[in-house]
Amino acid sequence: MIKNKINYSQRKYVIGSIFILVSVILLIKLFIIQIVDDSYKQSSDNTTLRYITQYPSRGKVYDRDGRLLIYNDAVYDLMIIPSQAKNIDTASFCKLLNISNNTYNTCLKKAKKYSMVTPSIFLSQITKDEYGHIAEMLYHYPGFYFQTRSVRQYPLPIAAHTLGNIGEVTKGEMDKDSYYKLGDYIGKSGIEKYYEKELRGEKGMKILVVDVHNREKERFMDGEYDTAPIHGTDIILGLDADLQAYGEYLMAGKTGSIVAIEPSTGQILAMVSSPSYDPNELVGRKRGTRYSELLNDPDKPLINRAISGVYPPGSTFKMVNGLISLQSGVVTAYTAYPCNGPESTPIKCTHFHSSPVKLYDAIENSCNPYFWRAFQDMMSAPRFKNPKEAYMFWYNHVTSFGLGRSFASDIPFTVSGNIPTKEFYDKTYNGSWNAMTIRSLSIGQGEILVTPLQLANVAAAIGNEGYYYEPHYIKSFANTDKSIDSSFLEKHIIDINKRHFKDVKKGMRSVFEGDHGTARFSKIDSITVAGKTGTAENPHGEDHSIFMAFAPVDNPQIAIAVVVENAGFGSTWAAPIASLMIEKYIRGYVKRPNVEKRVLTLNSDEQ
Amino acid sequence: MRSKGIIGKIDIWLLIIYLALVVVGILSIYAAAFNESHPDIYDLTQNYGKQLLFFGISLVIGFITLLIDAKFFNAFAYVLYGLSLFSLLLVLVIGSKISGSTSWIQFGSFSFQPSELAKFGTALALAHFLGKIDTDPSKFKTQLIAYGIVFVPMLLILAQGDAGSASVFIIFLLVLYREGMGGKILIIGIVAATLFILSLCVSKWHVMIGLVMLFAIFLFIIERTKKNVWLLTGILIAACAFVFSVDFAFNHVLKPHQQTRINIILGKEKDTKGVGYNLNQSMIAIGSGGFSGKGYLNGTMTKYNFVPEQHTDFIFCTIGEENGFLGCFAVIMLYLALVLRIIHLAERQRSTFSRIYGYGIACIFFFHFAINIGMTIGLVPVIGIPLPFLSYGGSSLLMFSMMLFVFLKQDANRMNIL
Repeated sequence: MIKNKINYSQRKYVIGSIFILVSVILLIKLFIIQIVDDSYKQSSDNTTLRYITQYPSRGKVYDRDGRLLIYNDAVYDLMIIPSQAKNIDTASFCKLLNISNNTYNTCLKKAKKYSMVTPSIFLSQITKDEYGHIAEMLYHYPGFYFQTRSVRQYPLPIAAHTLGNIGEVTKGEMDKDSYYKLGDYIGKSGIEKYYEKELRGEKGMKILVVDVHNREKERFMDGEYDTAPIHGTDIILGLDADLQAYGEYLMAGKTGSIVAIEPSTGQILAMVSSPSYDPNELVGRKRGTRYSELLNDPDKPLINRAISGVYPPGSTFKMVNGLISLQSGVVTAYTAYPCNGPESTPIKCTHFHSSPVKLYDAIENSCNPYFWRAFQDMMSAPRFKNPKEAYMFWYNHVTSFGLGRSFASDIPFTVSGNIPTKEFYDKTYNGSWNAMTIRSLSIGQGEILVTPLQLANVAAAIGNEGYYYEPHYIKSFANTDKSIDSSFLEKHIIDINKRHFKDVKKGMRSVFEGDHGTARFSKIDSITVAGKTGTAENPHGEDHSIFMAFAPVDNPQIAIAVVVENAGFGSTWAAPIASLMIEKYIRGYVKRPNVEKRVLTLNSDEQ
Repeated sequence: MRSKGIIGKIDIWLLIIYLALVVVGILSIYAAAFNESHPDIYDLTQNYGKQLLFFGISLVIGFITLLIDAKFFNAFAYVLYGLSLFSLLLVLVIGSKISGSTSWIQFGSFSFQPSELAKFGTALALAHFLGKIDTDPSKFKTQLIAYGIVFVPMLLILAQGDAGSASVFIIFLLVLYREGMGGKILIIGIVAATLFILSLCVSKWHVMIGLVMLFAIFLFIIERTKKNVWLLTGILIAACAFVFSVDFAFNHVLKPHQQTRINIILGKEKDTKGVGYNLNQSMIAIGSGGFSGKGYLNGTMTKYNFVPEQHTDFIFCTIGEENGFLGCFAVIMLYLALVLRIIHLAERQRSTFSRIYGYGIACIFFFHFAINIGMTIGLVPVIGIPLPFLSYGGSSLLMFSMMLFVFLKQDANRMNIL
């Protein structure tokens, strides 16, 4: 080779030296941390660190006036680290814990299956009394220790469905969010579920040095690596605790629901679903058995009928139909239709009144023929090309009241009910149908189904003369500058002239104040109320008694819907209950003990 | 010579060191994941069982490697290199995300990390290029291509967000240094890195005072010719400018959360939840091992799942805790013996390809073990690279074994090269 290549082979010594030097540096550092520096070794070779989760206290929940609805109380979880739980005197330990040998083995197996080395809950929610006794003796049993935890307590035994409850996380929930560990609690329903992220806060971690005798000795590195838990955010609900309690009192023994909304905000003032249960029943170790009892109860107390019960709205739907007829221009407030009473066809009238009737009287008397004829005229109005276009006009307006859809707010699991689509009728009647075919819609029967929440929302929209807010539970967050979901503050505008709302409101007012008003016996002096009775035909039994209302008429503070299942006419039960609720909310107390007494006489035995 | 079989000619010491490391690895994985309900080390549902299986596969593939013609890897160096570049590009498109970086390709239940292949491919390609008879390492063009071979895969890996694996390629500078290139670059690189870290750790003014003092000392020591004084002044100004620009870039270009991350790595900020927390746990585990350790399977710290990667990147914790300083010493000595043995063997090669390849893998092994152990004891930032032959991971064990067996073959065949 001619090329004058310099031989760099001496550089192997440089590279070899780098290798050796780095290895020596590693060994020096190892020597320091393993032999020289004692701080890594702790007090003895057998001490271990124990990572104790610091549970944040879950956010408290208040009603609109600051009355406490949910707070926390301390209980103790007995934790286990299976790999450290050796040489346990099982017999004495079971006696101490007051559990059977079988329970001991199942719990141990469960913990071992989760992890040999990561702590998990052995026995959960030991009360303060039991705790003192057990903690004293616990040093005999290595691998076990106590962890404090809070449980939910409800000072008032109300609003179980709204508040919801918390329960141990499932495997699926743990997989979805790694924040949760075995035995953690998570909101399962109601606002506990919807506001889980806000209420739960953030867990912290305390690191303790534990010696061979299972005694906690000191904080590791003076707590330098500890993290403090961040407490959950408190929530203020729009709920009025007094009104809620009163509603539950009135509905006791009946099946049905009450929903009261503040029309100016969309906040839920009260939501009663009956039968119900005391939220305190689903707390602590008894939760499991009580929960399955409630689940298997034939009256289904766990179901929130206010949001998931669907009913034909009956005559209460005449308000919506009246408004749409007015908006379509086929009728005015002065248009009159004849009524032949029980001889009317195709739908007979169930009330006795003079004929012909105009809008106000038709509402006051709940006259079926009036609304049928108005509906029929609208369906064949010349402004629409054909009845199907007219139907779409009707359909679009009906759904703009929030009917036929579920609500997108903090109320979980709202049901959409049903407003039949044009396509549905096309399919059912092979494309040939007209007003006559679907006449039941004119009086709120047929395929229409609504939930009590939707009905209350319709009352709020009429009270507001053309708009509503998505109904929601929350009023505000308490100890934070976080504001509520802005979509809850958005107005939903209904495309119907304000003037028509005023006409309908006038009619609804005469339901209470007119000589023939279907709710005239539920009138409240000094409070103006607008409302409408309804009787939903129930093919399975006695009809459902329905009522919707708002008050005061000119500046509504409360809109309400009441459904009492299998109780007959709306005027008999739902109307007086609604009027009592309105009086209670606006006046603060009820001046009509005889009405109250009568309402309370209906209970399930008589149904 | 040919009468003696290939097996008889391979370097028995290197093979023994390799086998010792893998066995230590499997025992440590067993200890780290020790689970009373699966005490059988052959249990394939557990990590140690799987690692044992991969060890078997590695041995089979290693044996096949020994049977392949020695010229094969030289001839196909560029093909393998091209293949690794292709898979690096592929992973950017179809890769799956594992702990923050997109660096894995899934084949059914088996996942494979193209960056592992890229180390092997780069070592081969570099050796092939510089080993060609007509390559002149003193030419600028040669040097440019050599740097290119190293930095292209490195940048592709950086693009995956896997800074740890990318940093491995820096060690190839040492290989180039051995071949007569980059002596100055190596020094400039080390100085720049030191200044970079210093200017972030200490205030820039303190660094500059230090530089001026160094300048004064050098001025005092060296021959004060005009040329030397100017050179020294130039270096001082360049160094100060560098410090300033690092400081500026850190404070004005980086976003606050990026600054925080760097500060955590540098130890300026305490991180109680993420990286810092794990590091602290790792140091406690190793530190609590003391001189002779707590005994095999008796470690308590390492069993707490406190380090997310404890059977992979933090496997050294288990050794440190259970076998103490003695165990650590033994493992480090095994690694040192491995890399020194490889460069010793590399120097006796007749073919330049074999020599450079040998240096390539020695440097890769060295970088991995030094950085991995360094990070578990807090000497270097925590970057996720495995401990060769010890960490759990099928594709990693397989690639490291391949690299070694290719070299064993080259060495066994050295006498056949004229």
